[in-house]
Amino acid sequence: MDTQISEVKTQLETGLPDVKLRTIGNSILLENPEDLVRAAFFLKEAPAFRLDYLSSITAADYLDYLESVYHLYSMEKKTGPIVLRVRVKREAPRVPSLVPVYRSADLQEREAYDTFGIVYEGHPDLRRLFLWEGFEGYPLRKDYRQEDTDVLEIADIEWLEKHGVNVPEKFKTQARELAAAGKRALSEKPAQPRN
Amino acid sequence: MSETILNEPQTLEINFGPQHPSTHGVFRMRAVLDGETIRGLKLVIGYLHRNHEQIAENLTYPGVFAYTDRLDYLNSMQNNFGYALAAEKLAGITVPERAEYIRVIMAELARIVNHLLLVGFLLNDLGAFFTPCLYAVRERERILDIFEDVSGSRMMCNYFRFGGVKNDLTENQLGEIRKVVSRLPAFLDEFEALLSKNEILCMRCQNVGGLPKDLAVNAGITGPMLRASGINYDIRKTDRYSIYDRFDFKVPLGQKGDVYDRYYVRILEMRESVKIVEQAIAGIPRGEFLNAKTLPLLRNPRLFKPAAGEAYGRIESPKGELGYYLVSDGTPQPWRYHVRAPSLINLTVLEEMCVGQKIADAIVILGSIDIVLGETDR
Repeated sequence: MDTQISEVKTQLETGLPDVKLRTIGNSILLENPEDLVRAAFFLKEAPAFRLDYLSSITAADYLDYLESVYHLYSMEKKTGPIVLRVRVKREAPRVPSLVPVYRSADLQEREAYDTFGIVYEGHPDLRRLFLWEGFEGYPLRKDYRQEDTDVLEIADIEWLEKHGVNVPEKFKTQARELAAAGKRALSEKPAQPRN
Repeated sequence: MSETILNEPQTLEINFGPQHPSTHGVFRMRAVLDGETIRGLKLVIGYLHRNHEQIAENLTYPGVFAYTDRLDYLNSMQNNFGYALAAEKLAGITVPERAEYIRVIMAELARIVNHLLLVGFLLNDLGAFFTPCLYAVRERERILDIFEDVSGSRMMCNYFRFGGVKNDLTENQLGEIRKVVSRLPAFLDEFEALLSKNEILCMRCQNVGGLPKDLAVNAGITGPMLRASGINYDIRKTDRYSIYDRFDFKVPLGQKGDVYDRYYVRILEMRESVKIVEQAIAGIPRGEFLNAKTLPLLRNPRLFKPAAGEAYGRIESPKGELGYYLVSDGTPQPWRYHVRAPSLINLTVLEEMCVGQKIADAIVILGSIDIVLGETDR
């Protein structure tokens, strides 16, 4: 553990005595995610650190829980990084948004919401960033399974059979399911423009 | 944009892009206009999204290199550099002296390429259709020739390896680089004589799209855009990664943070990059270009298994802070791989800069942010 992290830890413990935290490697884990905004604001304003620049927000999936990692630097003192992390349950994960403290959290929290489904409470405009509204699932979670695109379509099967290829029944069922799903999707969800 | 603005009868909502030449890719803006003045602006991205991070998590560590080229496809050398730094930090690999020099030379050449293109296309956006851009591209081609000679590819270089670089530089190639770089100061003088005091350029760029200091810091803006706002923050100076502490170079700063400052800071940065390349060529030692311990990795990438842990490596890419966050669980594939893309985060303040300006200025402001959609959308 380097000196700056231990210094930050002692300062946080004296400045905000009711915040529970512990260190993991070279980072600080806040036991209760609700403390995040207070801790970040404290570090931003504390004259010893002045961590005024939030470089990166990352989410990660550790199977038992999801994690949101924050890399803080100081542009004024040219020091850093201080790494904060919070852990939340996989079901209905909620983390307070850092946008009121750092504007740079804006697009990055939307990205983490998009790919991991962590809801950043208090974010002014929490929508999917890269994927479209209506996309199901969160693709960077470890349990995400992409739908099987290796399916023959009905026209393919007809062509193959016409040329004397014996197509197994499994592919025919898949093709029928695919066509049915396509028709269902068209009838249920008319195409709408993204915004 | 609030409902009240949308419901006012005099405002008009229009879409720029995604297929619009001035957005430099598939970027889309939804602008609310009052006459020609912008009242609100939202960005819509994701048209080039391919889930780069998931692709990387399904690959081996050395295999990711080729994909990092496609992030910011105008300077693949810098993308390689950031990823190499992060992974070397994770696995504790050292880099030989000569390789460090080669890396710095390539990174600075890539910076020159990037800034040349940016200035050229910024002038395109202003209406100087392709005359300045062609001069810039002419010089860029000479540098791309070097990249092709050295790495085998002009744009997707894939040149860096863990613990060094792919090929050594020969004396001939060093001489060629010296020749190309020695032309640049004269070219920049000529380029500036054409542009910097040009009346139209000054009128269109000065006092347009200003970005105040405190907002720039708070919104996490980095790179030339931050320095144009007058904040002295260059990761080459603060982190002193690789061997940047050995070179003598200045960090150009702007005053107002308008489009003109952003343009001019980049011109000055190119001059500093030329200085760095010249110093690096003069000081390059003989020796290995690749750490011998990493040689087996080239044959079998699955041998690269860093111990469980995490690392965040960042560099000063031409667009800002390019960071890579890697988590290893001890297997040959990264458990988590995240890219902190400057092109994306610099867009945070696009609305603040554009509101109140004319619609023609929004194009210029977007051009001066310097985004590449491969990196923004990932």
